[in-house]
Amino acid sequence: MIRLQPIGAQALLVVLAEQPYPDLPSHIAALAAAVRRELGPWLVDLVPGWTTLLLHYDLLLTDHAQLAERLAPLLARWPGEAARERSPRRHEIPIWYAGKDLAEVARACGLSQQEVIAVHCATEYRVGAIGFAPGFAYLGELDSRLVLPRRATPRTRVPAGSLAIAERQTAIYPQASPGGWHLLGRCPWRLFDAEREPPCPLQPGDRVVFHPIDAAQFRAEAAG
Amino acid sequence: MSGLRVLRGGPLSLLQDAGRFGWQHLGVSPSGPLDVQAAAWANRLLGNRWGAPLLEIALGDFELEALVDTWLAVCGADMPIKVDDELRPNWSRFALRVGERLRLGFARSGQRTYLAVAGGFRVATTLGSVATQMREGLGGLAGRGGALRAGDLLPCLPARLPGAASVPGAFVVDYRAEPCLRVMADPNGLAAGERQRFFERRWTLSPQSDRMGARLLGEPLSPTPQQWSQGVVGGSIQVPPDGQPIVLMADRQTMGGYPLLGWLHPLDMARLAQCPAHSPLRFRPVELLQVQDELRQFYRFFRG
Repeated sequence: MIRLQPIGAQALLVVLAEQPYPDLPSHIAALAAAVRRELGPWLVDLVPGWTTLLLHYDLLLTDHAQLAERLAPLLARWPGEAARERSPRRHEIPIWYAGKDLAEVARACGLSQQEVIAVHCATEYRVGAIGFAPGFAYLGELDSRLVLPRRATPRTRVPAGSLAIAERQTAIYPQASPGGWHLLGRCPWRLFDAEREPPCPLQPGDRVVFHPIDAAQFRAEAAG
Repeated sequence: MSGLRVLRGGPLSLLQDAGRFGWQHLGVSPSGPLDVQAAAWANRLLGNRWGAPLLEIALGDFELEALVDTWLAVCGADMPIKVDDELRPNWSRFALRVGERLRLGFARSGQRTYLAVAGGFRVATTLGSVATQMREGLGGLAGRGGALRAGDLLPCLPARLPGAASVPGAFVVDYRAEPCLRVMADPNGLAAGERQRFFERRWTLSPQSDRMGARLLGEPLSPTPQQWSQGVVGGSIQVPPDGQPIVLMADRQTMGGYPLLGWLHPLDMARLAQCPAHSPLRFRPVELLQVQDELRQFYRFFRG
């Protein structure tokens, strides 16, 4: 049952599901595209969450009631064809698996370091949501053999490009930032660049796989 | 381009505009001025458009020198304002000629002031905005999220205005008065009993507060369990597991999973931003429709 909830005075939340499921991010992305097409001029921002879509709107142009009315036909058709016609992209991302926590993660999971890498690379992940920091894409679902709680004390600085895991998720830190996840490796790509269009290659619903590279390949890709 | 030369940057002086909107789906914080009312008045006094690039100067101790003849407006915290050795009034516009120095002393009440220049500062945008976001390294003079420092050149064009002007007295805020901040309750958030306790209790503003969040200290509330992360708005009042509420401010994140108590009135976020650490704070409920009416009035007046 889809619900609409005001979020403050200038935003409306569309609650699309109570729990996430594998196809939900791409269905929400399809809805976001349709909403942008139909209601774009009224909107300031459109933020997909795990189970929701938040519409930040211009209060001088519209209000909750009018938006709800205009959303109704879009929601009645959702997920429908819009979700099927949008084919999510697949990204193959190189990782130098030499992260600070690789040995500790292996020990905690009862696996060898090679097994941790193999298990992490064996899953095709989906981008669930983008938040926390510019271009920070939450990828799910992590293999149950690698599930660990967040670190008790977050690091004050995690290097840019760090590949990390926590709970049922994995992600790459696009910028150097504080972080409480376990670091498995480094990605040589810039995952957020304000000068690029689009600034972030990953979108909710996209599919992601990782493949291991060595130190020399990492340096070559990072330099290029 | 010529402009104004920064001689003292002070503790934290940032280039801002209306904010970096349109990129929250990629996790980019909107940023922008913490006190939208004072910022809007500073631009208004000079006939600038809404959101023209201006400075947010926290705590004062700031100095600049004019390399062009222009006009400035200063609105916000009560700081001594001097052009060379002569005092100028707060919440007003005044001329600054080539070679003259503007100096702001330390704030006596309020936390930040807004310094606008006629025509706005002419700075290249990052993702459509000059708003400085230090955590994300976006915006500001060089586009990398830096605060202003001595030696920086703030580009602007020469300008001449017909004469002095001030904000009408009824709109000037006295930051010494204890604020009572208005909150729209979230019917889907914390239990009604917890909401009532929030309104009944006295809170103090934690010194850990920053441009991202204002942290409230007091007898803890009982939060409900965390939920799946969803988009958040400025003024969202989150209640993390320790029961101490956090009001999300201009440099907020785009998503959050903590249970919500409600949302601070967007115009009262301006007042909260002017409170020093350890300020006593009280909150009272306000209806969503009233907030929307007041916001529309505000936007119609300032955005036109």
